[in-house]
Amino acid sequence: MNGSQGGLSARVRVERGGFRLDVALAADPGETVAVMGPSGAGKSTLLGALAGLVPLAGGEVRVGDRILDGAGGRGGAGDATDGRGASGDAADGRDRAGRGRAGRAASGRVHVAPAARGVVLLGQEPRLFPHLTVRENVAFGPRAQGVPAVRARAEADEWLRRVGLPDRGGDRPGELSGGQQQRVAVARALATGPEALLLDEPLTSLDPETAGGIRDVLRELLGTAVVATHDALDAVVLARRLVVVEDGRVVQSGPVRQVLAAPATPYVAAIAGANRVLGVARGGRWVRDGVVLEASDAASRAAASDDGVELVAIFSPSAARLVPVEALGTGAGDWATTVRRLDPTPAGVRVRTELCDVDIAVEDAAGLASGSPVGVRVAAADVRLRRAGQRIS
Amino acid sequence: MSPGTARRSRARDGFVPPILAVPAVIGLALLVLPLAALVARVDWTTFWPDITSQPALDALRLSVVTGLIATVACTILGVPLALVIARSGARTAAVLRAIVTVPLVLPPMVGGIALLFLFGRRGWFGALGLQIPFTTTAVVIAQTFVALPFLVLALEGALRTSGVAFERTAAALGAGRWTILRRVTLPLAAPGLLAGVILCFARAIGEFGATALFAGNAPGVTQTMPLAIYTAFNGAGVSQGTAVALALLLLITAVAVLLLVRAWRPGTPR
Repeated sequence: MNGSQGGLSARVRVERGGFRLDVALAADPGETVAVMGPSGAGKSTLLGALAGLVPLAGGEVRVGDRILDGAGGRGGAGDATDGRGASGDAADGRDRAGRGRAGRAASGRVHVAPAARGVVLLGQEPRLFPHLTVRENVAFGPRAQGVPAVRARAEADEWLRRVGLPDRGGDRPGELSGGQQQRVAVARALATGPEALLLDEPLTSLDPETAGGIRDVLRELLGTAVVATHDALDAVVLARRLVVVEDGRVVQSGPVRQVLAAPATPYVAAIAGANRVLGVARGGRWVRDGVVLEASDAASRAAASDDGVELVAIFSPSAARLVPVEALGTGAGDWATTVRRLDPTPAGVRVRTELCDVDIAVEDAAGLASGSPVGVRVAAADVRLRRAGQRIS
Repeated sequence: MSPGTARRSRARDGFVPPILAVPAVIGLALLVLPLAALVARVDWTTFWPDITSQPALDALRLSVVTGLIATVACTILGVPLALVIARSGARTAAVLRAIVTVPLVLPPMVGGIALLFLFGRRGWFGALGLQIPFTTTAVVIAQTFVALPFLVLALEGALRTSGVAFERTAAALGAGRWTILRRVTLPLAAPGLLAGVILCFARAIGEFGATALFAGNAPGVTQTMPLAIYTAFNGAGVSQGTAVALALLLLITAVAVLLLVRAWRPGTPR
């Protein structure tokens, strides 16, 4: 929404105890990038580093044409080279991590203090100043930057209107609900006119309905931004591109839809709600424990062309169907298995079988229990096959 | 009272064992009864002349002025000290807190002697030619010495409780250190600061032991109210009525100042 915003590009290398983070990330001007990963993957550390709160062991953070962290005038040539490749892919990141400390130079490194970065970090907690009114909270950033109080307050009212709280400026934060407080926090962050906004699980502590309202606000107002989230919906709604971080490294990145459609790791499959089952290629098909799957698209056939390579089959639980064991065919896409567990979902029941999950309607779950023998059928058109370990970006 | 308010006030009572009311009342009585006994002994026929006599007014003026100056000094020195302690590591903070607490534990007379050794003619500072003992400055220094811990400890607790999370947020929003101190850190700790200032002034205006030894008892120069009361009470030929009247005057003054400070609340409703 802010036409003057620059983009963000960073290679962040952090070492903390035994944990090592090495992530490359780039957002074009006005673009929102989502970062997903399991707990402890390093999402918060990454955002903290971008915000200047976590010291870098190496790498570079660049916003617009300013270097916020990185090699300075002398002694950091190695890192400067790293920085130029910042938007590179994950394989590159892993490679550089191996080189580790070589480029670290204590002297001559640039570090712009958090207050001067033009990058605002918004966390899970709204952290509104309890002693100031809602309006003064939103006006705080502009006033700290020297905007006269009267104008800062007028701007604050405008931001409050944009986040859907036009009449609450005179209230204390304590009089607002959690969702309203988070809206104010969004307004307060945006009011500083940040070059880039960093959001660390901004919707996690809110109920779904409240979160949905704020998601709409964010979709409308976000400019250059990095959003760490554990909810694929945030990524889909807010971001064009998704970077998946596991164990301190990028394991997959690309347009959100593509990443979720072709999960490269079990974690990504889990957030995408997809089945991702490892097998081997045989005769152009996917085979595991006597189960055979076929796929009809060209990329899948190409992936399965070499006999013996490890192959993952990816299909959605809603694409799989349960059939009576006696109705099973003998060809690809039909197999017999047993029920491990039944989980309720908003839409019905998720049947966990030995090999994969199958979504069915509640009424179809009648008579099923752990250990029930069932047949599973998946159509070739719903299956995609990928080489295991293949990176999709 | 409507049934609704009755229920609400009962809900506010919480679950404290009712029997605790007994020691609570005894405690309150211990605080109030002596003062009541004091007021009962006031000789109202000589009360007015006693408290409007020149020595009494001099002592009152001196007490209030030195008490206020000492409070300001405590604020100027104590706020930074509290900030340093609150933001240092656990070990350093424990050591600093212990140092700050010492004047609280020490009998004030010992503090007076210590100050005398520091500023006296053969003391470290006295050797430099500074002549502080037995001046009004000495009164202020003695009061600051005994009152400073109250302000520091009260404020330090508040600062530590409010933590640095809001300061981080303010920094992320682009605020510099002074702006953060002025608009976030101190306002958040304002209740602690207010409590500290009140305790500080109360301690300063009641200060006796250190003042007596370090500043002496010169009327109009170093004779504050507590010293005037002591003098009147022990003094040859002076009736105890004067002491009682002065004590009541000090009491009223202190309560008035406390109420004044309470009424002025820096914009921090909870």
